[in-house]
Amino acid sequence: MSGRSLRVPEALVQRIHAHGVETYPHECCGALMGKDGETAREVVELLPLANRRNDSPRNRFEVTAEDVQMAEKKASELRLEVVGWYHSHPDAPARPSEFDREHAWPWYSYIIVSVQQREPRDTTSWRLRDDRSAYDSEAIESVAEPASI
Amino acid sequence: MAVKVIIPTPLRPYAGKKESVELQAATVGEAMSSLTTLFADLKRHLYTDDGRLRSFVNVYVNDEDIRYLRGDQTPLREGDILSIVPSIAGGTQN
Repeated sequence: MSGRSLRVPEALVQRIHAHGVETYPHECCGALMGKDGETAREVVELLPLANRRNDSPRNRFEVTAEDVQMAEKKASELRLEVVGWYHSHPDAPARPSEFDREHAWPWYSYIIVSVQQREPRDTTSWRLRDDRSAYDSEAIESVAEPASI
Repeated sequence: MAVKVIIPTPLRPYAGKKESVELQAATVGEAMSSLTTLFADLKRHLYTDDGRLRSFVNVYVNDEDIRYLRGDQTPLREGDILSIVPSIAGGTQN
C-alpha cells in the first residue's frame, strides 16, 4: 500500500461496474477525469471509451493516442484533468498484470474491476512506481458526492 | 532549430515539473535524445532497456504522428512543437 488514496463518488464506482458488465466477456476501459491535489486525488467524472483491441478484447484493452487526446480535451473543457484510467478484468482478479505494468506510466491512477461471470467483484486502484518495478496499491475512498480538493 | 517539446502531465515530475521544454534539434531523434539527456529520469518511461521507444509511447510533430513521417529521422523546422502522447493498454495475464 502506498499510503495514497483515491476519492471516487460511489455513483462513479457503480458506473465502472456497469460498464464492465456491459462489455463482459470483453474488457471495458475509460478515462478518470478529476483533480489532483497536494494530498488527495479525486475522480469527478468518467469518460467511457471503446476498447480498440478488436483482435483480443477478452484479455486486452487499448485506448489509442487519439482517444487519449480526446479525453484530455474533454477533461480540460470540464476544468479537470485526466488523472487515470479504468479497465475490467473479465473472470480474472483485480490485480495488475505484467502486461499492465509494461504499458503503464507513473502518476496515473489505474482502476481495475474484476468481473466474474458478469458480476462485478473487487475494485482496486494502482500506481506504478517511479522505477517501473511494480505497482503500489492505492486505497479507493468511496464518497457520496464529489468534494472539492 | 529551436523546438518545443510538450511534456505530458504524468511525466512532468521527471522533467523538473515543466509543462514544456525548449531544445535545439535538427531531427526528432536529436530532440528526444536531448530531452532524455537533460532529464535522465524520463528515459525509462519513454524507452525500453534496449533503447527502443516503448510501444505505447507516441511522438507527434505539430499533430502528425512520426510513424507516418520519418520516425526518429523526421527533420524539424524552427518553432516545431513535439508532443508525447501515450496510448493506454493493458489486460489480464493470459
